[in-house]
Amino acid sequence: MVDMTVPNSPATSIEDAIADLKAKFPDAVSDDKREGYSGVIVSKDKLLEVARYIHDTLGFDYLSSATAVDYLGEGNHSNDHLEMVYHAYRTTGGKALVFKAQTDREKAELPSLVSVWKGADFQEREAWDLFGIRFQGHPNLKRILMWEGFHGFPMRKDWHEAYYEQDHKPFDSRWPSGHVYRAEERNIFGKNVKYPADIDLSKLTDISESSMYEGFGMGVEYTQVRDGEGMATDQLIVNMGPHHPSTHGVFRMIMRLDGETVTHLEPVMGYLHRNHEKIGERNTFLQNIPFTDRLDYISSMGNNHGYVLAVEQLLALAPKYTPPTYRTEVLRVLMVELTRIVNHLWAIGFWLNDLGAFFTPVLYFIQERERILDFFEAVAGSRMMCNYMRFGGVFADLPERIRTVANLMNDRVRDFNTMQFLTEMINERIPRTIDELDEYLTNSDIVRVRSEGVGYLSREDAINYSAAGPLLRGSGVAYDIRRAEPYSIYDELDFDVAVQYEGDMYARYLVRLQEMRESVRILKQILPRLEYTAGESVASPFAYSGKVPIGEAYGRVENGKGELGYYVVSAGDKKAAANPWRYHVRAPSFINLTPLGVMAKGGKVADLVAILGSIDIVLGETDR
Amino acid sequence: MNGIGFIKGMLLTLRHFVESYVDDVRYGFKKYSPNVDNFQQRQGTQAAGVFTVQYPDEKVAMPERFRFVPFLVVEDYDHPERPGKDWCTSCGICAKVCPPQCIWIVRSNDPATGRPVPEPEAFFIDIDICMNCGFCAEYCPFDAIKMDHDYELASYDRTTSHIFDKDKLSKEFKYWKTIAPNRAIDEAQARGGWEHKDAQKAARRGGGAADSKREEVRARKEEEQKQPVASAPVAQETKPAAAETPAPAAATSGGGEKPWTDSEEERERRKQAALARKAARASKRE
Ligand code: SF4
Ligand code: SF4
Repeated sequence: MVDMTVPNSPATSIEDAIADLKAKFPDAVSDDKREGYSGVIVSKDKLLEVARYIHDTLGFDYLSSATAVDYLGEGNHSNDHLEMVYHAYRTTGGKALVFKAQTDREKAELPSLVSVWKGADFQEREAWDLFGIRFQGHPNLKRILMWEGFHGFPMRKDWHEAYYEQDHKPFDSRWPSGHVYRAEERNIFGKNVKYPADIDLSKLTDISESSMYEGFGMGVEYTQVRDGEGMATDQLIVNMGPHHPSTHGVFRMIMRLDGETVTHLEPVMGYLHRNHEKIGERNTFLQNIPFTDRLDYISSMGNNHGYVLAVEQLLALAPKYTPPTYRTEVLRVLMVELTRIVNHLWAIGFWLNDLGAFFTPVLYFIQERERILDFFEAVAGSRMMCNYMRFGGVFADLPERIRTVANLMNDRVRDFNTMQFLTEMINERIPRTIDELDEYLTNSDIVRVRSEGVGYLSREDAINYSAAGPLLRGSGVAYDIRRAEPYSIYDELDFDVAVQYEGDMYARYLVRLQEMRESVRILKQILPRLEYTAGESVASPFAYSGKVPIGEAYGRVENGKGELGYYVVSAGDKKAAANPWRYHVRAPSFINLTPLGVMAKGGKVADLVAILGSIDIVLGETDR
Repeated sequence: MNGIGFIKGMLLTLRHFVESYVDDVRYGFKKYSPNVDNFQQRQGTQAAGVFTVQYPDEKVAMPERFRFVPFLVVEDYDHPERPGKDWCTSCGICAKVCPPQCIWIVRSNDPATGRPVPEPEAFFIDIDICMNCGFCAEYCPFDAIKMDHDYELASYDRTTSHIFDKDKLSKEFKYWKTIAPNRAIDEAQARGGWEHKDAQKAARRGGGAADSKREEVRARKEEEQKQPVASAPVAQETKPAAAETPAPAAATSGGGEKPWTDSEEERERRKQAALARKAARASKRE
């Protein structure tokens, strides 16, 4: 356990860092003066140099988020351009250094920062895939969520999806003359896809598959391949997934094997891609809240929290702003800490599945999860898609009783006092389950033999690859956003950051175990706070048609799977906008896959499944 | 590593195995019998062992706030004044706030003046698209749309039966009071009484004098309905209403008017239609 105290002496403050940067690169770095924006704009030819300086000299070793924004036809920004936005942090804690680089839309090119932060790898591929920014010097610039050969760049403002109706919701066709139709009925091809007569299907080439195998050395003569001992050997390329029970969803890995040993691995994803972010830009700010539930569907409360925090940052720019009440914050922390326990129970349980303990452990753990979900259901109305948080408030306060009402045939009724239920759960049931889990697994010989020393990720790699959550903390980096950059009421709560130094699967398991204990510790501090804030309002002041002041914000929370961040831009000609101009999700499940190749290399195929399990991904969030 | 950790783990498994039968013994192997009242205990925080719910022989009843697809509140079918009358005023807020935009509302217009009438002519929810978020119910200013608890909506055909129209969506206010008694009370308190906001307003104004204009519209509509009009995707010519968002409350202004006065026959007709709908639904459920 390391108690993290954040050294935020003035010498290391963000302002100093920016001043230093401007002094060092007077021509290349300038303040971002747009209203509601922060950070610096770096000219693109110096970007790599500046980034290296930020990393090496200024010590911003962790690149949290790198994403693009398309400013097309956005009046306040003078000319149309694409912009990359980077948020870099120090793993010792503190605020972000935000820097941006702009490029032309027609010939979109920027230098790749993979050589500085390897964590930029997937994020730049995503920006190439969805925005069409070509990153010079990127080692493997292929599409990542869409397939190779896909036409266009879907996140650009001038790209329209199938059945495109309008730029922004609410759509005019719904009211007052909402004559219903199914979008599919508008398919111009009707039920069958008909190709125009002059298209010869046999001449169409599909490069989506073949391009994936680039870099795998397909078709190399076996005589030219040597194994470690210099023996000529054959190599095998194996596809695992997308329909594989152990990939936790539709996820695919292509690997090159030498016997049983993985020599090269590339994850392939996007099978569950629905362009969540484009949907988010069509939506109003409010409408995005239930959509965030569907990202990491195990921890919807945490997803809500990150998003409302981001938007609340923007709302705070308005001349009149009422921050959430204390009770609101208490309720939010209550929910997200319960969610963290749910997430870790699930993660450990399924990881055990991956190790071969088929479903017995999982069922023991998710029994407890069921209790927590019962509670969520009674409070928020749904077990998993909680949609609980609102801007400046929450959906509703705790009900007095968790009471069910018989409605359908064979309905069986329960009736509990909410506070009593909660207290028993936090003081008795959950700690008991965690202890049981500990007793069951921590010293189990099988678990230890299978997981110690397997899936190793070094401390340096973990930071450089932008790993987050238990993956980062299992590699000896005591970085937890609740401590490093506290939000909500975490700065007044007493808890330790769980950390382990071995960097293997077992270390990640121990981090999760410890984190659940810390969550219980937090929850025990929440209970009295719930008592004495009873009666305070938790209602959101945000109207259904509410507008958000223009500006940018990056809200991030420590979710069960790691750092979940939302980069939100509100833009427009007026002082406030109803729809986000940009809505980006920094998804831990996505970015934590960047080091998968490193962790898997040299390991056995059988361990690969468990390594993936130890990262803990949810494809709803990976693919967005 | 000497196997002790492993053995400990196996003992734990054994304990779980034994525990799963404790309840069975306690309830004389009638644990799941509908005659044994143990659900609360089995599903509570003190429960141990297996707590599987034997769906569909037993189901977990839903808490009040549970949300599935929405339904429209209509006045009770035996309401003395306004049986079966929609609570919805077709203000359109739910359609605007709905995240996946699955609510479609056709607002009634007075055929003569083109002015909107606070009542939906048609109301559709595409339940395939509905994401069960509950925003519509949360933001409806008239408590006219509520989240239903009936989650057993699976069907064999996707394309024909999953766009719910007003008939399918409408349920009596009574129903809401049964599935969410406490919330219904809270909402009634906020409204200032059990009745719909408009009805209360009318009552406060003393009623009496029939709202002649409204009556007129009604009569004319009646005329039109003599020729049955399919409510669904008939492209109707709707004059763009001059007033942008006619606040329903404002539309009823005019002084001393009662928003709804049905004739005897009309009331009877509504009631019969409503009862028929109810019967149809009930028979479908069998
Ligand atoms: S918000 Fe309520 S009153 Fe308005 S249209 Fe929707 S259901 Fe009707
Ligand atoms: S529950 Fe949500 S998605 Fe469904 S109709 Fe209501 S607002 Fe729309």
